[in-house]
Amino acid sequence: MTISAKPARSRLDPEPMTRRDWLGLGSLWATGGALLFGLIGMLRLPKAAVLSSPSKRFQVALPETLAAGAAFVPPGRAVAVFRDAQGIYAISKICTHLGCVVKTGAEGFECPCHGSRFAFDGSVTKGPAPRELPWLKVSVRGNVITIDEGATVPPGTKVA
Amino acid sequence: MDAELTPQNALREFVRDLKAVPRRLYETAFRGGPPTTDRTRSTFVFGNVFLHLHSVRTHRWSLRWTATLGLGIASVSAFLITLVTGVLLMFYYKPSPDAAYQSIKDIHFVVPTGRLIRNLHRWAANVMVVTVILHMARAFYTAAYRKPREYNWLIGIGLLVTTLGLSFTGYLLPWDQLAYWAITIGANIAQSPREVTDALGITRYFDPGGLQRLLLLGSDNVGSEALIRFFLLHVMILPLALTALLAVHFWRIRKDGGMVRPADVDARIAAMRHEETYPVFTEAPAKTYHLAAIVRGRTPAVGRGPENTVPSMPHLFYAELGVFMLTLLLCLGLALVSDAPLKELANPNVPENPAKAPWYFLGLQELVSFSAFMGGVGIPAIVLIGLGMIPYLDRETRGTGEWFGGPGGWPLVRISAFIGLVTPLLIESLAIHFGWLREWFPKIPQLAVTLVNPATLLASAYALYSIWCIRRYQSARAGALALFTCFLCGFVVLTMIGTYFRGPNWTFYWSPAQWPGH
Repeated sequence: MTISAKPARSRLDPEPMTRRDWLGLGSLWATGGALLFGLIGMLRLPKAAVLSSPSKRFQVALPETLAAGAAFVPPGRAVAVFRDAQGIYAISKICTHLGCVVKTGAEGFECPCHGSRFAFDGSVTKGPAPRELPWLKVSVRGNVITIDEGATVPPGTKVA
Repeated sequence: MDAELTPQNALREFVRDLKAVPRRLYETAFRGGPPTTDRTRSTFVFGNVFLHLHSVRTHRWSLRWTATLGLGIASVSAFLITLVTGVLLMFYYKPSPDAAYQSIKDIHFVVPTGRLIRNLHRWAANVMVVTVILHMARAFYTAAYRKPREYNWLIGIGLLVTTLGLSFTGYLLPWDQLAYWAITIGANIAQSPREVTDALGITRYFDPGGLQRLLLLGSDNVGSEALIRFFLLHVMILPLALTALLAVHFWRIRKDGGMVRPADVDARIAAMRHEETYPVFTEAPAKTYHLAAIVRGRTPAVGRGPENTVPSMPHLFYAELGVFMLTLLLCLGLALVSDAPLKELANPNVPENPAKAPWYFLGLQELVSFSAFMGGVGIPAIVLIGLGMIPYLDRETRGTGEWFGGPGGWPLVRISAFIGLVTPLLIESLAIHFGWLREWFPKIPQLAVTLVNPATLLASAYALYSIWCIRRYQSARAGALALFTCFLCGFVVLTMIGTYFRGPNWTFYWSPAQWPGH
């Protein structure tokens, strides 16, 4: 084995990177990039694309005796349905503060969790709730009333 | 043996080796000889992967019980108890909404010793939360976070967050009313950044709150997806994270030169009555690098040990064993006296009233009852960031290793405790008696309520007082002493209000006896 004398390199004239170093560093970066890419895929996984909750659209039959402005709560649903001279409307009963189901009281809705109060039109009258209770989309076809808990409409929208 | 083997002596050799198996097994377990002398005990500690998280020798200052009150070991003991009881509970627990509640009932009423194991799990978890908080207070008040222990302080904050996460995720698993509604509230707190993005009208483009809730629940309601996620976090992800952090936490104690001690610790020990300094090994160590690994800075001593240290085995280990037994005794006592609660099966249509989170979150729930974002996300984030910054803002050296050490000292802590207790009482009584902004101005924009509410007022009052303390004592440590004490006292006051004085609809009652029946 012969050792060839090389001229001493200075800081201004550095040793060029050897092929071995270049390959080593390159594969290190490639591995890092591949792991990062895989990590992005793994982070994406827990964000569900399809939600497992039951359908938010349901049909309801209002009792004939329902008084104007009185709330009707379909069994098993967190929704209050009203009927007055202008038509039918539905308001969500899920508190906009922290998601508890509000109770129907004498003067409006009351949240049992942190004491938010809402008028029967959904507007906040007291407590920590940041927004009014949303009005839900109602469609009427003949005698069949369909309510969509997943779609909100501007407050005051009543369907004849 | 290299002697020539014949059929006869080969068999004899084999029989001899067979007889020697127990002795050789013992020798491979205790490679440095039986741990009966200081030297062999040191080797034993050094060569054992679990024990070597301790240093081989422990300073006598750290062994005085007032140095640490044993709080760190107590919280680790409580963790070990939850680990063992938790694995036992998993034999019967079924993480599905249809079966979870019944399986907890089975554990409670049918499984042999199931009730005791469940109670023990629940109480050890509570004891762990308490001891972790007290341990943090001990580290703070003895200024143990200072250089070179800043990093370990940060690891400790990670452990605090992980501990609270473990408790929170465990709360849902029984799938009873209490669990269901506490988790509904918790998940909506995770979503509460929407309070701000809604007010700014940017939720449609930027919705971190909604994303957090979706990731936590895996759906848009608390259902089977949420249960399996909480189960996974509770039994797998968080315990693994806690164990990893714990290993780093222990290791850093050792690498940072053991427990925090005052600079003049040797003189202090010399000044104590009945105690003399303890300068030498009874037997010099076999290898000097043992010394180099445990002694920081100072001149290495040749032929003798560092002053005032004793072998960790047995002195430290006996102390740790004692703390473990006391913790176990405490948890057992509580488990025998008080049952873990189990309410009715979860009903997504009727909230529990009042729906209360675990007690250590009730202080936050009290703040949340004014603004979800500030109480649930804003203030906790500020507290965590503030805690993490303490070691980088307090670069002083006075009072390290002493209780309430530093400018101001105990009198400052006392006065801060008074201010810390009175301020939240004042603000709360105003808010309870007169209501808050929305009662006075129904049309007020939400952003104003988010920015000005009892939570932000309290935090600002504390911060102003602390800044005044920095000026008054010309010391960041004094400001930290004031602020930490205030927040600790505020936590206690708010937790008490949330626990004892809030009834149905989160209305204030002097006693649960006044709650209306429902």
